[in-house]
Amino acid sequence: MTSNDVKPEWPLWEIFIRSQHGLAHKHVGSLHAVDGASAIHHARDVYTRRNEGVSIWAVRAADIVASSPGDKEALFDPAQSKVYRHPTFFPTPDGVKNL
Amino acid sequence: MYAQLVETGAKAVKTLDQMEPQERAFQERINAGIKTEPKDWMPEAYRKTLVRQISQHAHSEYVGMLPEANWITRAPTLKRKAILLAKVQDEAGHALYLYSAVETLGVTRDQTYLDLLSGKAKYSSIFNYPTLTWADIGAIGWLVDGSAIVNQIPLCRCSYGPYARAMVRVCKEESFHQRQGFDIMQALCKGTPEQKAMAQDALNRWWWPSLAMHGPPDELSANSAQSMAWKIKQNSNDELRQRFIDQTAPQIEFLGLALPDADLKWNEARGHYDYGAIDWEEFFNVVNGKGPCNQERLAARNQAWEEGAWFREAMSAYAAKQEQSDMQGAT
Repeated sequence: MTSNDVKPEWPLWEIFIRSQHGLAHKHVGSLHAVDGASAIHHARDVYTRRNEGVSIWAVRAADIVASSPGDKEALFDPAQSKVYRHPTFFPTPDGVKNL
Repeated sequence: MYAQLVETGAKAVKTLDQMEPQERAFQERINAGIKTEPKDWMPEAYRKTLVRQISQHAHSEYVGMLPEANWITRAPTLKRKAILLAKVQDEAGHALYLYSAVETLGVTRDQTYLDLLSGKAKYSSIFNYPTLTWADIGAIGWLVDGSAIVNQIPLCRCSYGPYARAMVRVCKEESFHQRQGFDIMQALCKGTPEQKAMAQDALNRWWWPSLAMHGPPDELSANSAQSMAWKIKQNSNDELRQRFIDQTAPQIEFLGLALPDADLKWNEARGHYDYGAIDWEEFFNVVNGKGPCNQERLAARNQAWEEGAWFREAMSAYAAKQEQSDMQGAT
């Protein structure tokens, strides 16, 4: 074969790592791998070379459903007017503690 | 820098008034410091410029493994060998973060590789120089990675989210590279006269290519002006080069090595070091394929791709078979 033959690529996986301190898994990047087991193996080599984590999730990129930028207003604008959802909306009288 | 002479397709930078509404809205978001993400609308020229720049950067990391890997089997101690292995492995990681960022712009990974292998895509001029002695490994970490850090720190604020995030990871790891290089130089400078001479020779050979890495002066370049307007690039080439020289000259003196440039002198009035003229003809020759190692580097990468083909195919075949037997087991 020649180097110009393009074979189907290994599937793309998104990698999530949970660090040690009880935080949630966080997206760290992506990589190509033939299956879940090798995706975890590659993720170990690529994303945890300096003790970055104690747990790895690998998710096929094709399986992720994402919101689209066009839906941004419809999805997120309604929250903007609801400032009372933040504690700082409510004035606290002077002298009142533990509120 | 690891991406040099990146073509943006621009002859002149458009003003907001010259832009169509969609492009104008895009530029206003850039001006406001809002990051662009893969699914956001972007001008085709912005996308193409990013593909060129990030892929060139990725190829530089990937090809950059070769000159250093040259010394893994001959590292002077087991400790140095383990450190160098870790460093070269980091470079592979850096290439991967960047190849992933290119992919978010709608180009397949294989296509990006094949553009390197065919010689269509460029990589940094610096990796076309040979590593002749162990001191070169010190000089690369100290000077080449030092130059790269100066260039990459502003890229952490680049307007394209996936590139900026990749650079944050890279920068975290890059300091180790620079320090291990300086540590090698320091050990040689404290050693025998022959070892110190080896360090001096490596400094003399790597100094000018490290300065050229930042690319030619770009004040008059429409490409640079456009990249800066898009906030892909934040500083001019000369600015970054000066920053690198200012931080490195005192380190040369600390090591007790002779300055590699007779014109390298502190200029009190400017508050910077002055330096001699850079040989841009050599730089363009190396970029255009006439450096000492261009053919060797590309041949090594093509060989790795071709000799790894059976493995990629075997892995795919194995995964397909597993999937099939899983499905049979489920029924």
